[in-house]
Amino acid sequence: MAAGDTVSIELGHFALILAFAIAAISTVGGYVYWRSGQRIALVLSQGAVLQFVLVAVAFAALIQAFVTSDFSLLLAVNNSHSLKPLLFKISGVWGNHEGSLVLWIFILVSFGAMVAAFGRRLPDDLLSLVLATQSMLTAAFTGFTLFTSNPFERVFPAPLQGNDLNPVLQDVGLAIHPPLLYAGYVGFSICFSFAIAALISGRIDQAWARWVRPWAMLSWIFLTMGIAMGSYWAYYELGWGGWWFWDPVENASFMPWLAGTALLHSALVMEKRNALKIWTIFLSIITFSLSLLGTFLVRSGILTSVHTFASDPTRGMVILALLALVIGGAFALFAFRASSLRQGGLFAPVSREGALILNNLFLATAVGAVLVGTLYPLLLDALTGTTISVGAPFFNLTFGALMAPLLLVLPFGPLLAWKRADVVGAAQRLIGAAALAIFATILISALGGVSISLAPLGLLLGFWVAFGAIAELVERSKLGRIPLGESMRRLFGLPRTTWSTALAHFGMGVTVLGIVATTAWETELVTTLNPGETAELSGYTIAFDDFQQVPGPNYLSDEGRFTVTAPGGSTREMMADRRTYVASGMPTTEAAIETYGFSQLYLQLGEPLDNTHVVRIWHKPYITLIWLGAILMALAGMISLTDRKHRVGAPQRARKTVASPAE
Amino acid sequence: MTWLRALLLVLCLVSPVAALSPDEVLPDPVLEQRARDISSGLRCLVCQNQSIDDSDADLAKDLRLLVRDRLVKGDSDEAVRQFLVDRYGEYVLLNPRLNNHTVLLWIAAPGLLLVGLGTLFVLGRKRRTVTAGLSDDEQAALDELK
Repeated sequence: MAAGDTVSIELGHFALILAFAIAAISTVGGYVYWRSGQRIALVLSQGAVLQFVLVAVAFAALIQAFVTSDFSLLLAVNNSHSLKPLLFKISGVWGNHEGSLVLWIFILVSFGAMVAAFGRRLPDDLLSLVLATQSMLTAAFTGFTLFTSNPFERVFPAPLQGNDLNPVLQDVGLAIHPPLLYAGYVGFSICFSFAIAALISGRIDQAWARWVRPWAMLSWIFLTMGIAMGSYWAYYELGWGGWWFWDPVENASFMPWLAGTALLHSALVMEKRNALKIWTIFLSIITFSLSLLGTFLVRSGILTSVHTFASDPTRGMVILALLALVIGGAFALFAFRASSLRQGGLFAPVSREGALILNNLFLATAVGAVLVGTLYPLLLDALTGTTISVGAPFFNLTFGALMAPLLLVLPFGPLLAWKRADVVGAAQRLIGAAALAIFATILISALGGVSISLAPLGLLLGFWVAFGAIAELVERSKLGRIPLGESMRRLFGLPRTTWSTALAHFGMGVTVLGIVATTAWETELVTTLNPGETAELSGYTIAFDDFQQVPGPNYLSDEGRFTVTAPGGSTREMMADRRTYVASGMPTTEAAIETYGFSQLYLQLGEPLDNTHVVRIWHKPYITLIWLGAILMALAGMISLTDRKHRVGAPQRARKTVASPAE
Repeated sequence: MTWLRALLLVLCLVSPVAALSPDEVLPDPVLEQRARDISSGLRCLVCQNQSIDDSDADLAKDLRLLVRDRLVKGDSDEAVRQFLVDRYGEYVLLNPRLNNHTVLLWIAAPGLLLVGLGTLFVLGRKRRTVTAGLSDDEQAALDELK
């Protein structure tokens, strides 16, 4: 390879070491001198920007080595191949342990730099403590990377070709999924740092919640998108159309999402009513702790099995020690300092804040339930040697039982006033939504046939949440009670946060509907077909036209072409293939998915069987609603971020609304 | 993180394709449906958290055939599960049965909820008489999560 590349790898290595040093100095300096006002805050801000620049250089060096197929870099040898398409060369950087750590750190320092850039209006001591804590995290994980998982290791002599990235990972969805997910995980580090800063300085007020909420919202948006993306990736790539498996790895990303959702709601109470302060601090710490667990406990291998963990004990032990230190330290600080924070806030059980507390109760319990379900088999094995499995049926039952009451009370929340609300009044305003939900459920159950007993209940909940969300908009625009034009003016004059709340809750309802519909009415056909033969499923006629072998860029493909005739008579072509990757010899299946309205036809070409082809076909009614709902939720988050109230450095506006009820 | 799961999947499977083959399907649709219900709750013992219904591993196929074989011979659903538990241990069940080892697992979620509700109730009553802050509330909520 050219000499320039070689230099840049060492440059990247050096930049990462320098970032580590600066982060370490910022940590110590920040924690010692945080009272020193503007000067230390400025120094730490510059340190945060510098960390960002240096890690960016390190990250760029890795990307360059992958893109130019510089196989003097061990990481590129193990995870890349010169024939790989450019996108997968780049995504190959984080498709492995070492590289994904660098991505994680890069996002961490990006958020740190953003705080430094946007945090000018924060009090100096708070800003200093936040940046010191961010630097502490950077130092800890950069140190871990450099000392146990160095991505810049070289090989000499450099091999001519790399071993390629795992074929299953060579996918657009998986190229984007980890950065999104990591942005979500790591974004919560800001909330964590704010919580630590509040605990150390002993000062916490409504302004704190206003500063933290946009960061929590931003992270939550990323995490929502990341989880939805991962779910859709599993759906189309793993080849049998499952979209959620309650796998420990999935649970690890879901728990921070649940906790983060709780945090968004509790911070709202803190911002508006100056209550739930310590609980919000606690949630900030727990959310990021769960994010850390999500990234690193999974990485340590301990979640998969105690036995894989033992196979690479050094790295695993260091991760566990690091997690114990960061999380344990934070909770020790919490236990030690929380009681000294000033309390505030009184309220009646029936009020907006009462509803939000109920939301937090169920979400927090759900986090606990998923955590226990995920870790229980592990602990039981470690303590008693008994092995049990805790799988999807268990989680569906416990999680479902917790979500049902939450969804049931959800539409009431936004319609209740702060402080003291009128539950009868709220119920009256929801009568329309309830009637519509019942009507829609009966209609669909009658048309679709009830195949599982809980389906109507699930549908009812989904419709109730979705229509209930709209009810708030209808109510606040006085639709039907005043002239339409005036109503529309009111509707579009509503604060963006109101729109955001309604849209997020509507998205939740949409997701629930998708889950229920596809679970209850999915149909499946497993059969053998030869070219020229046809199969039928749920009114769709699937003709197997043609089978051929085609070479791809770094794989060989067995392609099956199908013509699908929909119940309406329209025909579409579908192409499903099985690939065998040249470098690894590993096969993958690429399912063909065709979207009809909100439903999908999912077709998978199976292995050859006695001179014919195994073909698996699923009809998945309304399955896209699951991800559509998630997109709506993320969109709602973005709308909320554009509300001027949430912009960092608009401290006066929210205070004014504190005393006035929501309506 | 999904890539990690994918990796494990690949390590454990010959190929990550759907499992059930047409030659396994029972002619009787009622019996077949029962077989599917049972097998979706049975763990593929050599995979990471997959049911035998979803797995392409040879062992999963053997188990699917075994389940169908027992059903054809007239076993009840419970008898089939028991047969597999006797053979492979509780580990084979994705939905753990309530026993001494799993009692904590099963009471965890309702227990947490009750503790949380109880705390809110107690605090709500206390607040009406004493003008107190929220520290107990949060402490209890903290305990609830532990």
